[in-house]
Amino acid sequence: MTVTPAPGGAPAPARPRTRLLRALGTPPGRLRLAGLVLAGLVLAFGVTAGWQTVRRAQSADAVVERSQPLSQDAAEIYRSLADADTTAATGFLLAGGEPQSVRRRYEQDLDRASQLLARAAARTTASSDSQRWLSALNEQLPVYAGLVETARSYNRQGLPLGGAYLRFASTLMQQQDQLHPDDPYRAHGMLAAAQKLYEAQTGQLRRDYTGARAVPWAAAVLGTLALGALVRFQIGLSRRTNRVFNPGLLAASAATAAALLWLLAGHGAARDDLADSDRHGAAPLRMLDQARIQALQCRGAENLNLVARGSTTQYAERWDSVTRQLAGSDGSGGTLADSLRLAAGDTEGTARVRAATADFRSWDKLHGTAAASSDDGDYQAAVDATVGQGAATTDRAFERMDHELAAAAAHEQRDFEAAADHGRGALSGLAAGTGVLAVLATAGALLGIGRRLAEYQ
Amino acid sequence: MPPGTLGRRLPPAVAALALALAVAAAGGSAPQRTAPRTAPRTAPAGQTTAVRAAAGDCTPENMTRSVPPSADQSGTKVRQIVQRGRLIAGVDQNSYRWGYRDPVSGRFEGFDIDLVHAIAKAILGDPDKVRFMAVPTAERIDAVRSGRVDLVVRTMTINCARLQDVAFSTAYFQAGQQVVVPGTSQARTVDQALHGRTVCAAEGSTAQEELRRNPRGATVRLVGNQLDCLVLMQLGRVDATMTDDALAAGQMAQDPTLRLVGDPLTAEPYGVAMNRADTDLVARVNQVLTDYRNGPWQRSYRTWLQPYLGRSAEPPAARYLP
Repeated sequence: MTVTPAPGGAPAPARPRTRLLRALGTPPGRLRLAGLVLAGLVLAFGVTAGWQTVRRAQSADAVVERSQPLSQDAAEIYRSLADADTTAATGFLLAGGEPQSVRRRYEQDLDRASQLLARAAARTTASSDSQRWLSALNEQLPVYAGLVETARSYNRQGLPLGGAYLRFASTLMQQQDQLHPDDPYRAHGMLAAAQKLYEAQTGQLRRDYTGARAVPWAAAVLGTLALGALVRFQIGLSRRTNRVFNPGLLAASAATAAALLWLLAGHGAARDDLADSDRHGAAPLRMLDQARIQALQCRGAENLNLVARGSTTQYAERWDSVTRQLAGSDGSGGTLADSLRLAAGDTEGTARVRAATADFRSWDKLHGTAAASSDDGDYQAAVDATVGQGAATTDRAFERMDHELAAAAAHEQRDFEAAADHGRGALSGLAAGTGVLAVLATAGALLGIGRRLAEYQ
Repeated sequence: MPPGTLGRRLPPAVAALALALAVAAAGGSAPQRTAPRTAPRTAPAGQTTAVRAAAGDCTPENMTRSVPPSADQSGTKVRQIVQRGRLIAGVDQNSYRWGYRDPVSGRFEGFDIDLVHAIAKAILGDPDKVRFMAVPTAERIDAVRSGRVDLVVRTMTINCARLQDVAFSTAYFQAGQQVVVPGTSQARTVDQALHGRTVCAAEGSTAQEELRRNPRGATVRLVGNQLDCLVLMQLGRVDATMTDDALAAGQMAQDPTLRLVGDPLTAEPYGVAMNRADTDLVARVNQVLTDYRNGPWQRSYRTWLQPYLGRSAEPPAARYLP
């Protein structure tokens, strides 16, 4: 078999390459290449800046519109459930004398919890872990409510079985689901599921914060490179041509510099505002959530201690340990002190937390009076000092404290929203703006080089 | 708070609540829930020879023997009570039909409470000169030993371990482990009620020991106290409950559809617990019980227990130390 080499096969493909190389060797060729490189750099900068800004703006939107509200909703679900449990015990203690306000508060807690569960379910991805915790809570809530109603009706007949049902319900809320011990999402009780939900949402909030506050390094580097290349090219050009300015290239440099400055300033401002929204909004808010929950746990322990009618010292011990977490061993530490520290520099926030701390002190004092009555065997006096009709009850003191903490939390939520909106505002228009500037800069560079090229013809 | 802070803070509280919930309704006070103490308190010499002898070679056969009765009111402890003008009694607020605080009237009532009133009437001439103190099951012995209460009348079983720490009156009630089933159950015997079924018992109770000794083919579900068993039985999660008949009476009083199956499986005598140093009070209470056994006991039984235990019981006979 004979192989016939293609006639002139080797030189033929070499011809365009040589022509290209030869073209690049000439001044106009080099100019064309430089024009391509400059335009490419400026366009790449524009595209990267736009893309990175959009990504961060999306994360900032997610913080404000999704993860922070969801995380706060999860905290509120937890709080409503814990409040329902505490309020159920209050109503139980008052038995037939339960005032409408207590019953209404319990009902509002359940309403609020189920509304928030529905809202969270609608906003959470169907396959996520959060969704499974949510459906566990959705299944347990009506069971819990049923157990509490059973407890109420037995209690009204004066039967201790009511107390057993209330403790069974409270165990479902706080500790374990004795009806579904093998379901991992239900076994540890409702508050544990609410806790998991809260952790998942707060983790998402952290991720969104991180995403929104990431420095756009790629865009910054490309912008600096583009600007540097433009400046360098113009210096070289002015040396060769003795002309000081090339209007097109000058406009390109100005547009690139403006875009770069806007990018850095916009992201810097957004980062500051978002950090501010966390430091002066979301972080104090989380601490206040925790203070409210601990106050509820104290209240629950106080009530259940009376429901247990002196048959255990566990609730008294629980009161001691949770009040230490809430206010420290001398009433001036703990979560309340942490909340005060986080509210530093904020007049309203500080005033609210101080008022709440004072309310806690009077609550603690009243609790001591009630406990002394109980120790003396005067059960009725202890119940009266706790949930009675008078003004000086631990229930009133708790209500006042919770009111202050709720107001402080609402205040921090507003602070969060204002700062986070500001941060989002700093990014708005940035993607489009840098895009337009980059297009202008590209056009300027091409025009400027085209004008110089024309001088060769 | 960073993610997980709630979680880190909660478990101790949750655990405490868990425990508390478990113990809370132990008002029922199944016997032998307290761990036996080993260090006996040395009683003043001369005064308590008889009591110490009882603690020394205690057997289930002789443990119900107590100090011979006496109406003498000149002893140290009885004089102290008379001077104070009030008897301080440790009771249960939570054990229906035995020691229970009516949430509407705020009054204590039950079979145990009747006995406290009888003791107050004998010593102080007025059945209402009593201060009731709610004492948790696990603190009954401490309350007596520390002198916080004069005596404890609280479905408390006499046993040798407890005799190391406290003195008991003669037995005033004979309880025993029994099986309770819902009215829908077809079971006629204990074996039918338990074989292949889930039975509930309070953790640390005599029922648990009895079921460990002889499970009779049942799966055992343990809970904090016997009233939790009733909740589980009503929710259809267990088929039967084993508890002592005194507490079973309380269950049946709250749910008329329940019934007892078979005869008591064990014998558990209840006594009034007092400080081992207060021999004069033990003798005085035994004197009260002597009279109480003839008439008042039966009246109290008819009021509180007969509708549920359904047998015309008599008090156990008093037995005394030589």
